[in-house]
Amino acid sequence: MLKLGGGGGGGGQDWACSVAGTGLGGEEAAFEVARLGDPGKGGCRGPGWGCAGIPNSAPGVGMLQAGAGGPERGGQGVEEVGAPAGGGEERPARHPPAPALRLLNRKPQGGSGEIKTPENDLQRGRLSRAPRAAPPAPGMGDHGGQPERSAPHAPGTPAGAGAAAVNGLLHNGFHPPPIQPPRLCSRSLPGGGDAAPPRLPLQPELQPQPPPPQHDSPAKKCRLRRRMDSGRKNRPPFPWFGMDIGGTLVKLVYFEPKDITAEEEQEEVENLKSIRKYLTSNTAYGKTGIRDVHLELKNLTMCGRKGNLHFIRFPSCAMHRFIQMGSEKNFSSLHTTLCATGGGAFKFEEDFRTIADLQLHKLDELDCLIQGLLYVDSVGFNGKPECYYFENPTNPELCQKRPYCLDNPYPMLLVNMGSGVSILAVYSKDNYKRVTGTSLGGGTFLGLCCLLTGCETFEEALEMAAKGDSTNVDKLVKDIYGGDYERFGLQGSAVASSFGNMMSKEKRDSISKEDLARATLVTITNNIGSIARMCALNENIDRVVFVGNFLRINMVSMKLLAYAMDFWSKGQLKALFLEHEGYFGAVGALLELFKMTDDQ
Amino acid sequence: MAECGASGSGSSGDSLDKSITLPPDEIFRNLENAKRFAIDIGGSLTKLAYYSTVQHKVAKVRSFDHSDKDTEQDHEPPYEISVQEEVTARLHFVKFENTYIEACLDFIKDHLVNTETKVIQATGGGAYKFKDLIEEKLQLKVDKEDVMTCLIKGCNFVLKNIPQEAFVYQKGSNPEFRFQTHQPSVFPYLLVSVGSGVSIVKVETEDRFEWIGGSSIGGGTFWGLGALLTKTKSFDELLHLASRGQHANVDMLVQDIYGGAHQTLGLSGNLIASSFGKSATADTEFSKEDMAKSLLHMISNDIGQLACLYAKLHCLDRVYFGGFFIRGHPVTMRTITYSINFFSKGEVQALFLRHEGYLGAIGAFLKGAEQDNPNQYSWEENYAGSSGLMSSSPELCPTQRARSGTFDLLEMDRLERPLVNLPLLLDPSSYVPDTVDLTDDALARKYWLTCFEEALDGVVKRAVASQPGSVDAAERAEKFRQKYWDKLQTLRHQPFAYGTLTVRSLLDTREHCLNEFNFPDPYSKVKQKDNGVALKCFQRVIHSLDALGWEERQLALVKGLLAGNVFDWGAKAVSDVLESDPQFGFEEAKRKLQERPWLVDSYSNWLQRLKGPPHKCALIFADNSGVDVILGVFPFVRELLSRGTEVILACNSGPALNDVTYSESLIVAERIAAMDPVVRSALREERLLLTRTGSSSPCLDLRTWSGPCKGGHIWALGPLASQSVSLSVCSGADSPVLT
Repeated sequence: MLKLGGGGGGGGQDWACSVAGTGLGGEEAAFEVARLGDPGKGGCRGPGWGCAGIPNSAPGVGMLQAGAGGPERGGQGVEEVGAPAGGGEERPARHPPAPALRLLNRKPQGGSGEIKTPENDLQRGRLSRAPRAAPPAPGMGDHGGQPERSAPHAPGTPAGAGAAAVNGLLHNGFHPPPIQPPRLCSRSLPGGGDAAPPRLPLQPELQPQPPPPQHDSPAKKCRLRRRMDSGRKNRPPFPWFGMDIGGTLVKLVYFEPKDITAEEEQEEVENLKSIRKYLTSNTAYGKTGIRDVHLELKNLTMCGRKGNLHFIRFPSCAMHRFIQMGSEKNFSSLHTTLCATGGGAFKFEEDFRTIADLQLHKLDELDCLIQGLLYVDSVGFNGKPECYYFENPTNPELCQKRPYCLDNPYPMLLVNMGSGVSILAVYSKDNYKRVTGTSLGGGTFLGLCCLLTGCETFEEALEMAAKGDSTNVDKLVKDIYGGDYERFGLQGSAVASSFGNMMSKEKRDSISKEDLARATLVTITNNIGSIARMCALNENIDRVVFVGNFLRINMVSMKLLAYAMDFWSKGQLKALFLEHEGYFGAVGALLELFKMTDDQ
Repeated sequence: MAECGASGSGSSGDSLDKSITLPPDEIFRNLENAKRFAIDIGGSLTKLAYYSTVQHKVAKVRSFDHSDKDTEQDHEPPYEISVQEEVTARLHFVKFENTYIEACLDFIKDHLVNTETKVIQATGGGAYKFKDLIEEKLQLKVDKEDVMTCLIKGCNFVLKNIPQEAFVYQKGSNPEFRFQTHQPSVFPYLLVSVGSGVSIVKVETEDRFEWIGGSSIGGGTFWGLGALLTKTKSFDELLHLASRGQHANVDMLVQDIYGGAHQTLGLSGNLIASSFGKSATADTEFSKEDMAKSLLHMISNDIGQLACLYAKLHCLDRVYFGGFFIRGHPVTMRTITYSINFFSKGEVQALFLRHEGYLGAIGAFLKGAEQDNPNQYSWEENYAGSSGLMSSSPELCPTQRARSGTFDLLEMDRLERPLVNLPLLLDPSSYVPDTVDLTDDALARKYWLTCFEEALDGVVKRAVASQPGSVDAAERAEKFRQKYWDKLQTLRHQPFAYGTLTVRSLLDTREHCLNEFNFPDPYSKVKQKDNGVALKCFQRVIHSLDALGWEERQLALVKGLLAGNVFDWGAKAVSDVLESDPQFGFEEAKRKLQERPWLVDSYSNWLQRLKGPPHKCALIFADNSGVDVILGVFPFVRELLSRGTEVILACNSGPALNDVTYSESLIVAERIAAMDPVVRSALREERLLLTRTGSSSPCLDLRTWSGPCKGGHIWALGPLASQSVSLSVCSGADSPVLT
């Protein structure tokens, strides 16, 4: 979704994002920027505090060590860690303009947020059709505080399977289905082919005292009322985590509530607070844990709470230490459910239970991937679009990153490149199939690079690759045919045999590590591209969305994939990319946490 | 033995530490008669193709001029036999490592005497690298041919001409090699050529094909990356390492990610989630073997996956694999097969080719020989002159490899005329001429191989005896013995070396070896004598048959057919009896027949059928000469003729054991016609036709028919007749089934 045509920079983006907590939020977001962002633009640019205000890492305090030390030192320890960031003052300091903050924070408490009416929806529908980059229209500010209003008060859902899944999201208040026709097929209920019907079930959630949906039973109405009275009780207890334990990396998303009231602050148990402060005041944990600050989604409304979504990763081999930390921090006392996906959710389930006394809620990784992806795309990237593509992919000089509107994403071929690669054909929110996969993925790149060059990290490998030249390693068409192989339209510069030049001992002896790293990267990337392209042809899908941590800081691969899709399909296929490339599974897991609580 | 001054260590192309001596008469055979050359130079192997003529002896039969005397009374043989020189065409293919190319070119130069050609067709990536060398050494102009065109031409050629060319490989099943039976039409198919890189070609007709894709991850990747990872220089060594490695030490498997839970999730824990995934996370050392294995898996799986995706996109269910990466290596074939099955869920079949390494060379040769129309002929693999499959496999015992691994040969003989499927075959694709597959039956294989080994002395003796005038017969016979013995030993270790191993293929191999040493027809004398004896009895047999009542006669005729079959020198038990008791006669044989019901007995149906209207036309396959054809088959033919049925009598085109050949059958028929008016008038009116089967094999293969095809008018005899008349006796099980 191209929510903001680049005009909404500055701190306002954060606000936009929080408002955009609804799937439709794009346009609203723009309006918010217009209204709230302007005053904030001056001093409160998010990244400014996000990065500079907090030390990169508490020196000497690793993620796990810190965790371990936490319970012993109680709040003290956390304070220590947090101190450099400005101690107790951090919260106000981190917030964008105070008035806006107060406004937003007040609303859930007041319980009388403004009502979304069908008229508003219509309004939005109309507006959404306006040029996306156009400056937001003024006077629509009353949308500001709504989304979080709707969430906690979401009514119970009809039990129908398909609807339940959709409404599950709705309950959480961040993902209302599309309203106006152009978006219907993108995020509508399955089977909601008509423009009008999908809107009806929305109404209850959009109104503070909704007339229960016609199809709800009296019992349900009763439950609904109870929930609405004590809406907050239906939220899962903090902390909110979503976890994706992959073969190489563990991806963790953490929702940091920013609308904590003084009362809550007081009630907040120490170790919960310490977790919050520890995670949010550091950007690195231990030797290997990293918070991707640049990906943080700010002022997001999830499950009726406003806050920031943090993206953290650490190697899967640190999993045991992580579990140990959970145990030492007495994490289980928080009564939180840990939603986890990825193979590790299964592999480590036992350890979580026996060592940390934590029950994992295991989730299907592909489900999580898709739900997470759709969600993040729907809320946008702090006002910027989540999805992008490369313009002029075949021309290195003109090749440029451009935002792409993924409003109507179906069907899409989703290529998830982690250690290995999974390829999914996605036809709707919950209709997808795994088409195929390949074992030649990010793990192969890194594994081979380590063996070939002695490097140790992905970053190192990519750095080398960026400097290398794969044509010294690969045998090109012209190396064999002396030029183009015209009969089949093969350019002389095409790779005929990856690593083919390495058959010769002389060349092996003279090759640089950088060249080898580059060749490995190119080989793996081209192969994924080739398989993805064939799958797209077989499935008759022309949009290929590439995600996964293989693409992290990996511009070479992205451009190569963009090139390969375009060139070999003669422009028929488009390669799309997403900013939060590797985190969708974890986000999907977090979404399940809300859904789960709701189902109880 | 001349020295082929090539150097190299046999398997490793990189080291030049020791020179080898090769017997060139075994490698560049018939080079002095070479007429035309083609060469395919790949990344590591050179394949040389040449076309030459082979002079060899053939046994000819000729009637004596009996016009003015009564042959009935004299004791002379019925016809004379002469051994003549005949020139036939042969295609030779020699495969060797690029290291030897210079030495080989020198050798060729020195031995090239009769050639008139001025050009050599060249293909393959190395064609342009070695162009100057070839032109300088051979003084031939290099004509470059398109790689892919050559490949496809070659592939079509072998699929068409070599009956058991393609096979599926299934590790652990019995047999591991399952050969595809001759397909009437192989098109369309997908050819995946795995050289340094991978080319994927859709072949639609003989000369229409389309390059639909490729991949850069191929043999060159395995070699290049493998050499970097393991510091191993040669391709074969890498494969050898791979065959001993454990990929799970390097690859991240599903079970590594999911722990033990994969079972409950219905996932196979052994699936590779990420190739080399473990080498990224652990700082341990990895063994060369494990890395090589992981690499092999990675590349094979990838090739298989892409092949599947392309096959699916183009709706093809057969994928032939070729190129230097495969080279018959079981571990490669296994992983590719696995991958194809896995990714296509069994819908796509991976087929490998016995001669995949020669496709380019064959194609290049065919390109150069277009004016000779090589495609209008049929060609037959010569088992005597061809190396078997997997002669260079690293998994074979080293002694075998050292000898044959360096050079690999394929020879194909041109047949006189194109062969087609017998038009009567209901479903040629499902017709399998051999019902006993010795490749999957280890016991039967041992039994038959031992039989043939034990019979070898007798064959050698007979071969010498067939050429009493020849001074070097004994020497040649000895060479024959050695060659055939070697072949039998090869087949003991690699029963799949020449396709499905059957009694037929064992017999064919023996015929090829005999021919190789100029023993075209060791049984010619025996047949001559048998035919003479039987002809003398013909009239007596006819008289006694005519004296019987109709129903009795039918039974006697059928018994005669069966009894005649006993006179088969190919059947060991029979040949023992015949050797010891030459007087063993037709009547005794008939008496020795079991009483009905026979093991397979459809006589009652046959009799019933005979009571109906006559058959329009009967096709009868003759087997043994002498008693069988003259006293068994001809009286039966005569009966059918008098019923008004037209008869086609098919005999072998060339000699095989004591089977009656076409040319012998002509003389025999002529002699019978002189005695019998029914046969005489039928021959004159062409109601009795003699024809060739197109085969020189003791076993019948209806896929290679060269006789006349009378539209849809041929009526073959029922199962009983075909079974008793045809050549089913040699194995007792090669019963061809006619409609």
